[in-house]
Amino acid sequence: MVSLRRVIADFKLFGRGYLRNKIGLFFGLIFPVILIMLFGAIFSGNSSGAITVYVQNRDAGSVPQPFVDVSASFVEALNQTGTLNVRLVDLSENFTKYLSEHSSSDGIIIPENFSVNYLMGNPVNVTVYGNPAQSSSAIVSGAVNGVVNYFNLRYYNPNATAIINVSSATLTLASDEYKYVDFLIPGLIGFSILVNPMFSLVEISSQYKKSKLFKQLSLTPISKIEWLAAKVFFYICLSAVSFLAMVAVGVFAFGAHIVLSLWLVPFLVLGPMLFASMGMLVGTLAKNPETAGVIGNVITFPMMFLAGTFFPLSIMPEYLQVFAHVLPLFYVIEGLNAVMVYGNYAQAVVDIAVIAVVTCVFFVAAAKLFKWRED
Amino acid sequence: MRVVSVEVNLLKKSYGDIKAVDGVSFTVDEGEVFGLLGPNGAGKTTTIEILEGLRRKDGGSVKVLGFDPWSEGHKLHKKIGVIPQEFTFFEKATPKEAIGYYADLFGVKVDADEILREVLLEDSADNLFENLSGGQKQKMGLALSLVNSPDLLFLDEPTTGLDPNARRAIWDVIRELKGRGKTIILTTHYLDEAQQLSDRVAIMDRGQIVAMGTCDEIILKHGSGERLEIYGSQSLADYIKANTELQVDYRDGLIRIPLKQKIDALAALAAAEQSGMEWGEIQTRRDSLDDVFVRLVRGAIDEQGELKTGVASVSVGSGWRRQ
Repeated sequence: MVSLRRVIADFKLFGRGYLRNKIGLFFGLIFPVILIMLFGAIFSGNSSGAITVYVQNRDAGSVPQPFVDVSASFVEALNQTGTLNVRLVDLSENFTKYLSEHSSSDGIIIPENFSVNYLMGNPVNVTVYGNPAQSSSAIVSGAVNGVVNYFNLRYYNPNATAIINVSSATLTLASDEYKYVDFLIPGLIGFSILVNPMFSLVEISSQYKKSKLFKQLSLTPISKIEWLAAKVFFYICLSAVSFLAMVAVGVFAFGAHIVLSLWLVPFLVLGPMLFASMGMLVGTLAKNPETAGVIGNVITFPMMFLAGTFFPLSIMPEYLQVFAHVLPLFYVIEGLNAVMVYGNYAQAVVDIAVIAVVTCVFFVAAAKLFKWRED
Repeated sequence: MRVVSVEVNLLKKSYGDIKAVDGVSFTVDEGEVFGLLGPNGAGKTTTIEILEGLRRKDGGSVKVLGFDPWSEGHKLHKKIGVIPQEFTFFEKATPKEAIGYYADLFGVKVDADEILREVLLEDSADNLFENLSGGQKQKMGLALSLVNSPDLLFLDEPTTGLDPNARRAIWDVIRELKGRGKTIILTTHYLDEAQQLSDRVAIMDRGQIVAMGTCDEIILKHGSGERLEIYGSQSLADYIKANTELQVDYRDGLIRIPLKQKIDALAALAAAEQSGMEWGEIQTRRDSLDDVFVRLVRGAIDEQGELKTGVASVSVGSGWRRQ
């Protein structure tokens, strides 16, 4: 019979010890908040997102009659794409040398007599420098092509209006317009749900086995299930507190748009239970605390990086995306994103189901395999 | 009426090829302090852990307070108190909190201060476990073992590694518990500890009990009886031997004469006096528990409990001395 009194007694003792351990407290509560602030600052700073491109305009400019400076309009058009941030380079500079001196591979040369040739209908070449290995170069080249097409069209019909227009729209999600920080918060919540219970249980289960503390506890009425339940209960509480702290920082410091709903509860309950059980299992099966630590890291770190914690899965190669589906943390983060960002509850139900099954398997395995006493 | 608390019969336990416990039998009566004495590796801890229900036995039978410790551990544990070897606890908990925790686990109400006073730990009631000294940690172990008011206590090497003062403080607590009628099973590799605290002692060696009884009984049975010892020369020994009917042994400047009766001592001393030779200190003594122990386990044990074979024991000195 599981006794709530014993679970609470163990919860109290463990919780008090945890709060007295400053390092644990730092990693449990403060570190995730620091991560949010760090990543939030890096990715949602003041950068406009435009790519800096250096332009050397060698065109002498105007022809007397009628006075039209086509090259200046061209530069202006480049600037107005919003994608490019044009910096003009003085004619006295050697352009390629200038680019390398500024550690840039993106540049445009507007040739001499650009305006004259354009107005005369003579073919003229705009040279675009770029590095095929960099995504920014592809963007520059695309933007320049767009402007060039526009100028070609205008040459044949100055009054032409475009037939196909692109109307720009931003994807509207459950929350408002999304920002990087909106995706970051579910990822980092997943991170803290993984890391705190996992590392802690790996350590204490292997340490207590070594120091024979488990043996001592076996001489009291507390059962293995009660002991494990107290730890799970504690890490659920810790995850809830760190969840609130991260959401608060995300919303108040970075203006994140996050949906809070009861759908989050299963993730905040099952997640810590899953990873506490997993940590317990590792600590139980490993021969000594050192081996347990290594196995714990081998499981935790790939999961941390490959389950979509810090980066969206979509930027990863196909095979890694397939691999991610094996990682339990993937379903936690996918589910948190489904609820907090997309409001996609059908997806959340699937994720909850997967996590519930995996959690049961790990909890039962941990409770069965972990031994108070030896044969 | 004699009530048996613990009954062990032909207990066996092996780890692979090593027979840790090899056919051990003993009983412990209610209210008795029973010492298991022996060097490291003798099988003391394995025996006591089987009695506590921490290990499964391979053979024989064990009843502790009427329970089978392995299969009925949950019932047994409510009635016994245990200090395991090298007691440890959660680093960030205080003795007072630990007592509260155990009380909650056992579902009993206790006065934590009272228990701490009993084990002489009231001054460190609120210090974290990690900051306690070795002796204080052991006292906290004792305190926890008392939370459920057990009738039977298992103390596995309760003073190993402690300084003499801390050891004596723990002894005082154990004597106090004995005075209150608790049954105590104690393992130790300190002879003086076994002698000071135990009503009966079982000497264990290589998984077997090689002697059992009160210290006096063991000495009487396995010791050599009374003898006269005279510090003197080989020629004095020869003289006494030639002029009396006594058996005389000589080694390293010490003449040993086993005494069949007290009067033999007078004959030996008269012969020595008559020889006109020089002789020094004389004493009569019996084998101490140390002497018997060394003979039984073929060596003495050092401070850490390791067996040192071939080393003569240091006598505690139970005889009288005269210059």
